[in-house]
Amino acid sequence: MTARERALGGVANYVDERTGAAAWMKKNLTKVFPDHWSFMLGEVALYSFIILLLSGTFLTFWFDPSQREVLYEGDYQPLSGVKMSAAYASTLHISFDIRGGLLMRQIHHWSALLFMVAIVAHLLRVFFTGAFRKPREFNWLIGVGLVTLGIVEGFLGYSLPDDLLSGTGIRIAEAILQAIPVVGTYLAFFAFGGAFPGEAFIPRIFTVHVLLLPGIFLALITVHLMLVWYQKHTQFPGPGRTEKNVVGYPLMPVYMAKAGGFFFIVFGVTAFLAAVASINPIWLYGPYTPAQISAGSQPDWYMGWLDGLVRMSPPIETHAFGHTISWNILIPGLIVPGILFTGMALYPFLESWMTGDKREHHLLDRPRNAPNRTALGVMSLTFILVTLLNGGNDVIATHFSLTINQIMWFSRIGVLVLPPIAFVITKRLCLSLQRADRDVVLHGTESGRLLLLPHGEFVEVHEPISPEKAWTLTQHEQLPALELSSHDSHGVRRPGGLKNRLRRRMSVATVEQVPKPDSEDLKAIEHH
Amino acid sequence: MSNEIERLSDPGLPEHQHRATDIDPVAEKKAERQVALYFALSAVGTIVFVYSYIFVPITSFVFVPILGSTNTHQLLLGLGLAFSLLFIGIGAIHWAKQLMPDNEVIAERHELRSPKDERDDFVATVKERAGAAGLGRRSLIKRSLGLSLGLVGLAPLVLLRDLGPLPAKQLETTNWAKGVRLLTDPGDRPIKATDLEVGAVAQVLPELGAGVERTLSSIGKDAVLLIRLRPEEFRLSAERLSWTYQGIIAFSKICSHMGCAVALYEQQTKHLLCPCHQSTFDVPQAAKVIFGPSARPLPQLAITVDKDGYLVAQKPFNEPVGPSFWERSS
Repeated sequence: MTARERALGGVANYVDERTGAAAWMKKNLTKVFPDHWSFMLGEVALYSFIILLLSGTFLTFWFDPSQREVLYEGDYQPLSGVKMSAAYASTLHISFDIRGGLLMRQIHHWSALLFMVAIVAHLLRVFFTGAFRKPREFNWLIGVGLVTLGIVEGFLGYSLPDDLLSGTGIRIAEAILQAIPVVGTYLAFFAFGGAFPGEAFIPRIFTVHVLLLPGIFLALITVHLMLVWYQKHTQFPGPGRTEKNVVGYPLMPVYMAKAGGFFFIVFGVTAFLAAVASINPIWLYGPYTPAQISAGSQPDWYMGWLDGLVRMSPPIETHAFGHTISWNILIPGLIVPGILFTGMALYPFLESWMTGDKREHHLLDRPRNAPNRTALGVMSLTFILVTLLNGGNDVIATHFSLTINQIMWFSRIGVLVLPPIAFVITKRLCLSLQRADRDVVLHGTESGRLLLLPHGEFVEVHEPISPEKAWTLTQHEQLPALELSSHDSHGVRRPGGLKNRLRRRMSVATVEQVPKPDSEDLKAIEHH
Repeated sequence: MSNEIERLSDPGLPEHQHRATDIDPVAEKKAERQVALYFALSAVGTIVFVYSYIFVPITSFVFVPILGSTNTHQLLLGLGLAFSLLFIGIGAIHWAKQLMPDNEVIAERHELRSPKDERDDFVATVKERAGAAGLGRRSLIKRSLGLSLGLVGLAPLVLLRDLGPLPAKQLETTNWAKGVRLLTDPGDRPIKATDLEVGAVAQVLPELGAGVERTLSSIGKDAVLLIRLRPEEFRLSAERLSWTYQGIIAFSKICSHMGCAVALYEQQTKHLLCPCHQSTFDVPQAAKVIFGPSARPLPQLAITVDKDGYLVAQKPFNEPVGPSFWERSS
């Protein structure tokens, strides 16, 4: 035993004598975590959040969240003598006068982008593998809350420097607020302390950005992780992995080293990006004024789909009884995103209703084995991708020599037509992959060796796959469709017959599968 | 052809494969040296970081292929930090993968929900306690509590009232009025028709009375774009034609969709385009919407000249400028 080990043992003893937590801590230090690359996506999000807290705190030491007008007299010559807000001037100060200031600004912005990328990738992983199923619905809901708040937090963050681009973004947010029927104008005037842009908005969103939302984030992330810890992580199916166990590596020392090391790697990659790749060069945009704008105005990527929706909206407004309702803003700005996020939040409950499956699940699904869910996911993703594409229509138009009109019409039609097509194609692909799995299990893999038979026929030798592989491909269960008749045994119509018919129809869709091979099939082949 | 898989069942965890570092002391020593090297490289990164902070001036630039001209201070600081962090991470993970035990461990997982009797007991207790409070029976208390909780929720909303003034008519009004001169922006000079050639565009703001300060909020409503066409190019009603002056037509620059500055003018097609959402307005037809999400043309400002020949407004805008809102009547 080395001196270091003795010292750590001393620490453990010291802690237990003051907390009595020996049993609990021993259990948790040897807690087992399953390994898979896709489990690191959520980790990236967590680490980006820590990087955001660290770099953000640094920035607040110099940032002046005020719209008070000042005359710029700093080191950046092209803006010398220009009137601007104190917020913009202090951002220039951080960028040009504070050593490491620009680096920290770029680390902050890059990690914000990475944060959202990781959250969305993590969300997709959880969705496509069915990790949201019972008992993890709470964590799914918290996740939906986090991604929503992440979009808001990111938007407020890039709005703070009060440059021409971000001010334009705030202007659009104000227009959405103002478009809300009945109370919109009041909401806008209260939020901005008067007519847009006023002088109240930047200080207000500063408080929300650095205090309120990070606080909510911290609370939600803590609960999110505690639930992961308590419920134990899901695992992919494979030999030795069941619903009743967790197979992996212990927290101490393997996971501490791996996860701790991974934090430094995420931070290192973010710092590298910030060192070599310029992001949000606000000095090129100039200070915000409502009468100016630059071509190619683009939000950060996680707002792009929303901007794309607004861009593709048909020009509809209703004027009646002395009032105006701007459908061209309400539908893309509030109604469609509202439906999307509500649907996302409710999906676990909808799926369990469709399949009638109320059991706990700790083994993940291979996406192909849940064709309906996978197809729904790809369908939603296609919808978002078309809108995201349209959010960059001006940039795409100039880069690919297309007209704005062509891209806009493609998106307007595509956003309605492509998602259902994506659904059908994905579902068929999943079923084909199931068929391929079945073939591999029953007939083995192609070995590449050709055999000349006595009568001259060439055949390729197929080699049986390992029992481990065969188990991985066949361990999933295939549930039958729900038995829901609209009439009871006496032939009397049940109340809620329509609901049952709908549920029955959805249930049939979810159980559409290629039958997985079983031992009987194998025997049949062998005797063949 | 024989098939070796007799039946499809869980074969259990595969046997542990030893790594080179588990069985070969030379490989183990090598891995140990590699980890140490990574941590040493991290230290070098930190030294570069500290050196750049102190000795590389913040104003120095260097040409780097691909990146172009780059600020040396920020580049070296960033690279130093990136290296110091990355190599700590790489070292730790290499350590974990090569030298820490890699036996997969199986931990039991129990069904999350409690055993049935425990759960039943809990549910019964909740029911019994709720009964003890009389939640089901005392509807008077329940309703009055609901009422007071609902009302107390109003308190924070009431408190937020002073966040801003009531809108009043602020969205309907601008600083444009009969006889107000058009001032160039930037420059603040009054403008004559002869200052604009055919095809030219200029941004103007209203002349404000003495002592009235120009705020961003007022610019956000007052900004106007002047465009000069040949008079015969207009396709306007007689009334709207009378709002132009010698081919000069004036529109609110604030987009009727979401309030961005409509700043892109295509001289060839005479289209005004908003860079935010690509609403496209046809100038000869009084900024009629010909493409994009905007549902209304840009408001047109009636202009003429005063006795000194300077361009002035004939009258205020006849409709609110900027994005729509609930109280807007047309």
